[in-house]
Amino acid sequence: MNLAYRDIRRNLLRFVLTNLGLSLLLGIVIMITGVYGGLVDDALRQARAAHADLWVVEAGTKGPFAEGSRISGDTRELVARVYGVAGAGAVTYQSVQTELNGKPLRFFLVGFEPGRPGGPAKLMTGRDIMRDHYEMIVDRSAGLKLGQVIPLGTHGHAFTVVGLTRGQVTSSGDPVAYVTLRDAQALQFELAPPAERREAARGGRGTSSDQINAVIATVSPHVRISDVASALSRWKHLTTLTEAQQETLLSKFVIQKARSQQMMIMILLVIVSAVIIALIIYTLTMDKVRSIATLKFIGAPDRTIVGLVVQQALSMGIFGYFTGLVLVLVFKPYFPRRLVLDPQSIVIVFAITVAVCLAASTLGIRLALKVDPAEALAGTG
Amino acid sequence: MPQSDKDPVVRIEHLSKHFGEGSAQVDALRDINMTVYPGQVVGLMGPSGSGKTTLLNCIACIVEPSGGRITLDGALVYDDAWLKSDLRRLRLDKIGFIFQYPNLLPFLDGTDNVAVVLNLAGYGRSTARERASQLLEYLDVAHRKHAMPAQLSGGEAQRVAIARALANRPRIILADEPTAPLDSERARIVMDLLRRIAQEQDAAIIVVTHDEMILDRFDHIYRLRDGRLEIDTEKAMPPMHPSHPPPE
Repeated sequence: MNLAYRDIRRNLLRFVLTNLGLSLLLGIVIMITGVYGGLVDDALRQARAAHADLWVVEAGTKGPFAEGSRISGDTRELVARVYGVAGAGAVTYQSVQTELNGKPLRFFLVGFEPGRPGGPAKLMTGRDIMRDHYEMIVDRSAGLKLGQVIPLGTHGHAFTVVGLTRGQVTSSGDPVAYVTLRDAQALQFELAPPAERREAARGGRGTSSDQINAVIATVSPHVRISDVASALSRWKHLTTLTEAQQETLLSKFVIQKARSQQMMIMILLVIVSAVIIALIIYTLTMDKVRSIATLKFIGAPDRTIVGLVVQQALSMGIFGYFTGLVLVLVFKPYFPRRLVLDPQSIVIVFAITVAVCLAASTLGIRLALKVDPAEALAGTG
Repeated sequence: MPQSDKDPVVRIEHLSKHFGEGSAQVDALRDINMTVYPGQVVGLMGPSGSGKTTLLNCIACIVEPSGGRITLDGALVYDDAWLKSDLRRLRLDKIGFIFQYPNLLPFLDGTDNVAVVLNLAGYGRSTARERASQLLEYLDVAHRKHAMPAQLSGGEAQRVAIARALANRPRIILADEPTAPLDSERARIVMDLLRRIAQEQDAAIIVVTHDEMILDRFDHIYRLRDGRLEIDTEKAMPPMHPSHPPPE
């Protein structure tokens, strides 16, 4: 006879209502886990989207994501000629903000050379960029449609959306957009007309716009990546990073603060959950003091009493966890940031919930074990 | 076989219990001697604070006495060889309890409130429920076996509580003011029921009571005053078993 189950069944409505609150709290824990997973995954996707074996950046920098890197546009030809390099593409990265229908629209703009490494890997819908100018491919999270025209840059060039990607956002949640390298360089260096006139009046010649942030290189499968990297490292004006190094930079250092913050929030939420579960279990046990005294009086062993408390704590945690999980999965598409809940994280959060429930039930167990069987004789009715 | 040939089920010798130490010491029980034989229903009376509940708790192995001996169904308890778990098992196997208020577990129906004792003793679910149903029938409350305690009347709840006390066929039944919440007619019915149980199940029943109306239902009446036990045989009905020796 499962006493915990019977007690829950008797007070089913109270159990459900109490647990609904708990499930919201556990749902937030799961959500933060998803946001954390999304943050790491977005950061890695940003690097992986380029399908690079090597990143060639400005000497002494950890560019182009962790810090600024600026190299000459002809570096791509230089890298492409190195033995073992199968393909090389020049890329630029910049954040842009424009306005559409009166609302701000932010992009992480990638300039790439169509047909070379650095462009979007797979389109969800639409086509690749085929014209030299004013076409763009953008992630669907930007909310744009194929054929939509977006004004970009100080001159308000009209870019037409020709393709959409899926799941390509930066670690800060901005959608990634692709334009040709020439357009990206123009957007980066083009001055607004008044500034251009002032610059001309000053006699300035302007800086060369043939600047890029990195060269993405793919290596022939017959050559070791490390060999190519060491060959490239002979040029003192360049630094070469492998894909693994770039991922480490992005996932460990670039988003370090955000990761730590979310981890801290998660730990605090787990502690709050533990306190709330402990208080609920303690209150439930308080309500049952007379029943526990009676059980002890008639000869129930301590394990029966402990089982009653622990099973209720676990029921509460399991119910709360799965309800919270369902809520998060249902509302996942409406979150402004991508939530990534891999099976491993789900299992880990479940294990933490079970551990928290067991720990939280100790307060109730302590109370239950301290109940004097003689209380069953107390004439309180 | 004459009843007097039977060994007493409860034998208490020179029992004492005090709480506190030194000048703060309170003697709750002093030199208590009591013997109860199978089939006997014994009343335990006394004013509040006289030590009735302490004595009941000592017999129930809930409170350890400060001195003296308690022998329950031939087993000498509290002789330093008993573990807490042994005492719990002894309670489960040999002693049935009827509380002042039924103290039914509010989350179990009538049948399960009785079956829970058998489950704790290791019986399977179906055996326990079958025995519980038989007991509820025996106590004329089978028609309420699926009712939750909150749905039972005071008399019905007390009968279910008595059924629970009988579940393990205990040799000793301790009742703490079982008729207190009942009117006089129901109180007499419950007492007659306890007498019947004592006879049919050969159990020793000790009833703590304040109720003067039911005194004629006891074989012997003990009165506790300031922790001392006095025998009062005048108000008790003639012993059901005349061959029982008179109380010490």
